[in-house]
Amino acid sequence: MSILTSDHLCRRFGDLKAVNDFSICVEKGEVFGLLGPNGAGKTTVIKMVTTLLPPTSGRASVGGFDVVHDAGDVRRLIGYVPQMLSADGTLTGRENLMIFAKLYDIPKAERAVRVDESLKFMDLDDACDKLVRNYSGGMIRRLEIAQSMLHRPRLLFLDEPTIGLDPVGRRAVWDHIQRLRDEYGTTIFLTTHYMEEADNLCSTVAIMHLGKLAVIGAPSDLKSSLSMEDATLDDVFTHYTGHVLDSGGSFRDARSTRRTARRLG
Amino acid sequence: MQEVQGALQGGWARMGFQRLTSVASSVYSFFDKTISIGEMEARKLRHDPTELITRAVQPALWLLVFGEVMANVGAIKPPGNLSYMAFLAPGILAQSVLFIAIFYGIAVIWERDLGILHKFLVSPTPRQALVLGKALSAGVRALSQLVIVYALTLLVGVSINWNPLNLLLVMVAVTLGSALFSTFSLIIASLVKTRERFMGIGQILTMPLFFASSAIYPISIMPSWLQVISRINPLTYEVDALRGLMIVGGTSSYGVGFDMLVLFAGMIVLVMIGSWLYPKVVM
Repeated sequence: MSILTSDHLCRRFGDLKAVNDFSICVEKGEVFGLLGPNGAGKTTVIKMVTTLLPPTSGRASVGGFDVVHDAGDVRRLIGYVPQMLSADGTLTGRENLMIFAKLYDIPKAERAVRVDESLKFMDLDDACDKLVRNYSGGMIRRLEIAQSMLHRPRLLFLDEPTIGLDPVGRRAVWDHIQRLRDEYGTTIFLTTHYMEEADNLCSTVAIMHLGKLAVIGAPSDLKSSLSMEDATLDDVFTHYTGHVLDSGGSFRDARSTRRTARRLG
Repeated sequence: MQEVQGALQGGWARMGFQRLTSVASSVYSFFDKTISIGEMEARKLRHDPTELITRAVQPALWLLVFGEVMANVGAIKPPGNLSYMAFLAPGILAQSVLFIAIFYGIAVIWERDLGILHKFLVSPTPRQALVLGKALSAGVRALSQLVIVYALTLLVGVSINWNPLNLLLVMVAVTLGSALFSTFSLIIASLVKTRERFMGIGQILTMPLFFASSAIYPISIMPSWLQVISRINPLTYEVDALRGLMIVGGTSSYGVGFDMLVLFAGMIVLVMIGSWLYPKVVM
């Protein structure tokens, strides 16, 4: 059973084809990784399937609901953790969760219970009444995941979930993502630049290049498909995206990525 | 036959009732969400109130320096028997609220850069509730400004009307004014999309809005072209309402009810435009 399908999805910005004829299928309960160099179109795909950006042509659906015509239904099914640092530093961890409990229509009687449960699940119950600006990078990321799981989404989008984290913080985020899938059956859709992360977490990876889907499959299948001994996912990535050094990404992307990395690190 | 008809009618009535309760619950949920966005703003201010103190500086300058000097010169004769300071105080309240609200839109750009905006827009919250919630947040900030300007007004020896109804209506007028101008600011931020451009436009807008209003001088002494502009400037109506409510012996020229109506209608129109433009910021 698939939870997300995209069918010949396209998005143009002026003359630029940011996403071109992109068709994928994400199965229920899997961890799906979308890989690609900067500017390959990953963020544009995520914006379209999370209802933030209408496609120029083609269609996509989540749980059978069209992302354009049934945007409201899609929004109830999904959770989203953006790449940037999106928790509010001037509020406490608990307050950050409370506002989203309200925005996601969680009934009043259940809100406190759900918030506590999410905090506990992400191992933040000790720090939840401190201001978020005093959190470490890894804690902020876990808080953001806690925020996004309050309404028990069936599909959770994580955009570069471990960017800028140290190895310990990264490991903790991986563990929690895996537990989220195992215990709640949440399907995970993530983008990453770290091949090690994709190899560890994902049951399926799709590699994008210049707005198109270059290849899709299980990491092990992709590795063995190369005529190379002991091929790594890094080799697969380079094979499909070429050795282009300056493949894309604007000044603004670079600025925001570095800013995020600095704050989280 | 009659039984069938009765059952049918009962069914219709029940359906009508169900529709009514579902409309009522979505209206409730709409305002619940709007208020919770405003509540978060109040919590932020409670965690870090330094901003409130720095914001007291500007109205203090206008009332204590500009006001005192102008009153001594005696160039501006307010209508009625009002002293210039009593005339000025409501104007400065409206002005200080305007200056905060007009830059409120920069938060939209900031939140877009951080991804907070994406998270709000991915949630099943109606866009109108998000925009109205932002407007209410600006209103929360404006209320803190009210406390400061009241204190300054007392300090310069103007008698304040402490009637609880007047106080309540002053709060309403200030909240409406702040909501209106912050939504205007949100619309501009949604159009220009970058901080640098926004700051430039914000600077260009504040002074004309301020000078083309009755905040620091009566409309009657303006040149006629400026009088026309000031009549369509919402700030004029905010000042007019405050003048009728805040000060002992103050009068409003258009009537407080009419002023409030203008501010409310203006806010609703801007919230409608804003909720159409707001989601485009992340595209």
